[in-house]
Amino acid sequence: MSLKSKSISSKSSLSEDERLKKISPLRVLLNRPELGALGGSILVFIFFGIVAGDTGMFSAYGMLNFLDVSANLGIIAIAAAMLMIGGEFDLSIGSMIGFAGICIAIPAIYWGWPLWMSIVFAFAMAVLVGYFNGIMVVKTGLPSFIVTLAMLFILRGLTLAITRLITGRTQVPGLRVLIEDDPLAWLFATDTFKWLFTWLGSLKLIELRTDGTPLATGIPPSVIWFIALTLFATWILMKTRYGNWIFASGGDKVGATNVGVPVGRVKISLFIGTAVASTIFACIQVLDAGSADTMRGTLKELEAIAAAVVGGCLLTGGYGSAIGAAFGAIIFGTVSMGIFYTDVDTDWFKVFLGAMMLIAVVFNNYIRKKVTESK
Amino acid sequence: MSDYLVQFNNISKFFGKVIALKDVTMRLKKGEIMCLLGDNGAGKSTLIKTLAGVHKPDEGEIIFEDNKIVFDSPKDALDIGIGTVYQDLALVPLMSVTRNFFMGREPQKGIPFLKTFDVEKANKIAADRMGQIGIDVRDPSQAVGTMSGGERQCLAISRAIYFGAKVLVLDEPTSALGVHQASMVLKYIVKAASEGLAVILITHNVHHAYPVGNSFTVLNRGKSMGTFQKKDISREKLLSMMAGGEELDKLEVELQEMDRIHNKN
Repeated sequence: MSLKSKSISSKSSLSEDERLKKISPLRVLLNRPELGALGGSILVFIFFGIVAGDTGMFSAYGMLNFLDVSANLGIIAIAAAMLMIGGEFDLSIGSMIGFAGICIAIPAIYWGWPLWMSIVFAFAMAVLVGYFNGIMVVKTGLPSFIVTLAMLFILRGLTLAITRLITGRTQVPGLRVLIEDDPLAWLFATDTFKWLFTWLGSLKLIELRTDGTPLATGIPPSVIWFIALTLFATWILMKTRYGNWIFASGGDKVGATNVGVPVGRVKISLFIGTAVASTIFACIQVLDAGSADTMRGTLKELEAIAAAVVGGCLLTGGYGSAIGAAFGAIIFGTVSMGIFYTDVDTDWFKVFLGAMMLIAVVFNNYIRKKVTESK
Repeated sequence: MSDYLVQFNNISKFFGKVIALKDVTMRLKKGEIMCLLGDNGAGKSTLIKTLAGVHKPDEGEIIFEDNKIVFDSPKDALDIGIGTVYQDLALVPLMSVTRNFFMGREPQKGIPFLKTFDVEKANKIAADRMGQIGIDVRDPSQAVGTMSGGERQCLAISRAIYFGAKVLVLDEPTSALGVHQASMVLKYIVKAASEGLAVILITHNVHHAYPVGNSFTVLNRGKSMGTFQKKDISREKLLSMMAGGEELDKLEVELQEMDRIHNKN
């Protein structure tokens, strides 16, 4: 009985004790994973606003230019971020882009398939590659770094070997004529909101060509995909059961398994996600250029991971956000294009990319310590 | 109908030639806290895993509410209501209180194929449940990493109860905690038992076990040294029964002898 009465009195003193430390709104904001990338994006825009404000970088045409680059990177960065939150890496993203490219081009040009069928074929191959990556990592327990590094070489080698075997070259041109009237290709090859640009042009609010049509003709498909995927990924992470499973799988594999999270299935699906995102990237670029190149996507996996890290993803998994990765991609895209508008030699871009990543990792590490530190 | 909610009768478990457990019997009534005491290597971990359905006993039977039960997986044990809270707690420090509470069993709402995780409902339940234990979760979206060890332990226990545990198996819930935190967890365990749960508290700390336990089973080298009601046994006796109490007595005698000889010289 004495125990009970003691428990009541100390309970109230206990809750007083727990209440002592109030968390300021600033701390709450600091705990959001995407904060760093959001702040970084703002800084980048301010910087170029000052340095290159009068150069046309921020005209409609200039903006669409760097948004297009950001969006392309963003599509794969978001998938990479989700996989990283789930606790794994995919180094085969870049090679998958090249592989998906020839999966579209060779059947369409050399085997006479309709374009939509070769696009479907490319996505089917992506699901297979992603599934293979995932099952290898989950079943063998090997680090995904090694498994997907192997896949990086295998896919790039396959791409090169198959293309040369069938075509005798390393490029497959001639796709542009097939886009028109294709029931699927428009998804990856149509500029949208053309009416808006025509209207703005007629008001002389945006730059015009000499023939009176606007210089910027519409929002490129990459930007639409980028926005849609950012929203979709954020919805999954924040608002669905599957999203919680992604965080749990990356945060503590054993604990998650113990409470009934299907960790293996979650990871496999995330590997399929990165391969499919690579294929979306490939569709957009191949249809835009009208040709597939065996070297397309080289090193893109590292840029995607860099964007995800700048966006607040921890290398150890369990923490991060899709919006953060999207801002990470915007930072890289903006700087890579913006540097042309300044007097700085473009060789310095890589230096910037590396420095950004280092700062981001140090910052993230600090945040993680703050988040996990005990009272 | 017997008085017992759950009975583990003559449980034995062998790993090859090694006898990990031999003829261990434990019977629990509703509302009873049984402390399972034993030193390192006494077979506590093996027994927990057998209770939780990870290992199948080689001999003996498990009877739950008068039905003989065979567990094929940990899920079977969970389904009938044996909730095990392991030492690692299965909590992810980087995730929020709510997300941890409902990890793997998230409440959903909405239409099929577009079901969403009902965060508001989950937040409310998690905050309510934590509030009942006297832990004021200011913000259920705060990371578990910001909570103290005792609060985390309470969260894990609370989760097991919420998801239907009738028998709680707690693996060293106080081992990593200071006095203040440990007493918070022990209080919660008493409260849970008073609401009708049967609790098996596994520990090597007699000082934590003795105030809260109704009965004590002492495990030594895989064998049960017997189950004792609290009125029948003292704290000191329990302590000496765990892992070679007699050995310590002998040591004391020897030391005294050495002392005596030393003084003589």
